[in-house]
Amino acid sequence: MAEVHFTTHLRTLVPGAPFNVAGATVGEALESLFGNEPHVRGYVLDDRGVLRKHVCIFADGERLAHEAALSRRIGPNTKLYVMQALSGG
Amino acid sequence: MSDRLLLATRKGLFTVERGRAGWTSNLIGFAGIPVTNALRDNDRGAIYAALKHGHFGPKLHRSDDRGRTWHEIAAPAFPADAAGAPSLFQIWTIEGGGRGRPDRIWIGAIPAGLFRSDDRGESWQLVSSLWNVPERARWFGGGYDAAGIHSISPDPRDADRVFVAISCGGVWETRDSGASWSVLGKGLFAPYVPPEQAEDSAIQDPHRVVRCPADPDVMWMQHHAGIYRSTDAGAHWTRLSPPTDDFGFAVAAHPRDAQTAWFVPAIKDEIRMPRDGALGVTRTSDGGKTWDIMREGLPQRGAYDLIYRHGFDVDERGERLAMGSTTGALWIGDNGGESWQLVNAHLPPIYGVCFV
Repeated sequence: MAEVHFTTHLRTLVPGAPFNVAGATVGEALESLFGNEPHVRGYVLDDRGVLRKHVCIFADGERLAHEAALSRRIGPNTKLYVMQALSGG
Repeated sequence: MSDRLLLATRKGLFTVERGRAGWTSNLIGFAGIPVTNALRDNDRGAIYAALKHGHFGPKLHRSDDRGRTWHEIAAPAFPADAAGAPSLFQIWTIEGGGRGRPDRIWIGAIPAGLFRSDDRGESWQLVSSLWNVPERARWFGGGYDAAGIHSISPDPRDADRVFVAISCGGVWETRDSGASWSVLGKGLFAPYVPPEQAEDSAIQDPHRVVRCPADPDVMWMQHHAGIYRSTDAGAHWTRLSPPTDDFGFAVAAHPRDAQTAWFVPAIKDEIRMPRDGALGVTRTSDGGKTWDIMREGLPQRGAYDLIYRHGFDVDERGERLAMGSTTGALWIGDNGGESWQLVNAHLPPIYGVCFV
């Protein structure tokens, strides 16, 4: 189970974070999370299902390249951080 | 006269109200979040607020209790099979459905999608007939990377007849609730394209288009290059010649008098600030033949305020105006704008002002 943490900017949206979710990739883990927390999807992915331009994800401390972030394979104990990219303001 | 306003700003949604101590402004929601526009729906009394989170995208919220509590509702989105399938960048304008359409809400977006909801914003449909017009290939961004829809006006006589205005894509009209569209705008002139294209209706940049509610065929336009008026519902336009700068973004139409409208001039496009640092509002009361320049109560030195296209409104009697600026100043103008009063000079940059 990956452990998914969120930026404090989204604290009111995800008061229950962090979440433990299943998935072999970052994208699968997030889909698992969206299954239980559907209102979070639009804040992380845009309306095309692409990681938002100004959202960045860290996996076990590594900042993931934006284009490849969702397909990144993760282990059972990976810690994911969904953060706001400072490029966005 | 209306004593209450909504302000959509760079840092949240505000109300401005007149009480015993005069006008006061209060932050009522979304502190720190850009509110790109807001609507008070007169049929149902709801307030809609369009947000643009810097990181998390455009969102839409509705309040059914005058702004005390809010809940997030669906934001419009381009369907995956829409040509180009873009991502929604910004909700630029929100309008009610008009007479006999109490649950209808229109949204104009960047990119220039028109979205319609018939259930108070719970679900949205892209008006694909407008998105698919062949002329869209000639639209281009005005102030943003992509073209956008900033003006939507259902005809007060017939809510199925609606015009929208696009920067930069001209003025379009539907007479069947969005099933089909025609581009309007004979007489408009665009000096920012090669001369042979300057009269192409589909590449015009109408910064803002409004109409007279009591005489809906009379429309006023602040264009990127000039001020125009139409008396035939947008088919033909006549350029007007105020004795001041005719660049700007905002225009307000008198709700009852089709001869009267207000504009806020600025030096034209490469400068975009009041001439000589002196802010004024121009008014015509005879359809554009003659003009008053009203300055009482407005700063006449060192003012660099620009009024965006949604930052200017007139109340339903045509007596009181309000304008909010890019530098966060809000003024109320009484007596048809002859006398202005500063409410607050220290608000966030103001995107939208509307009497409620």
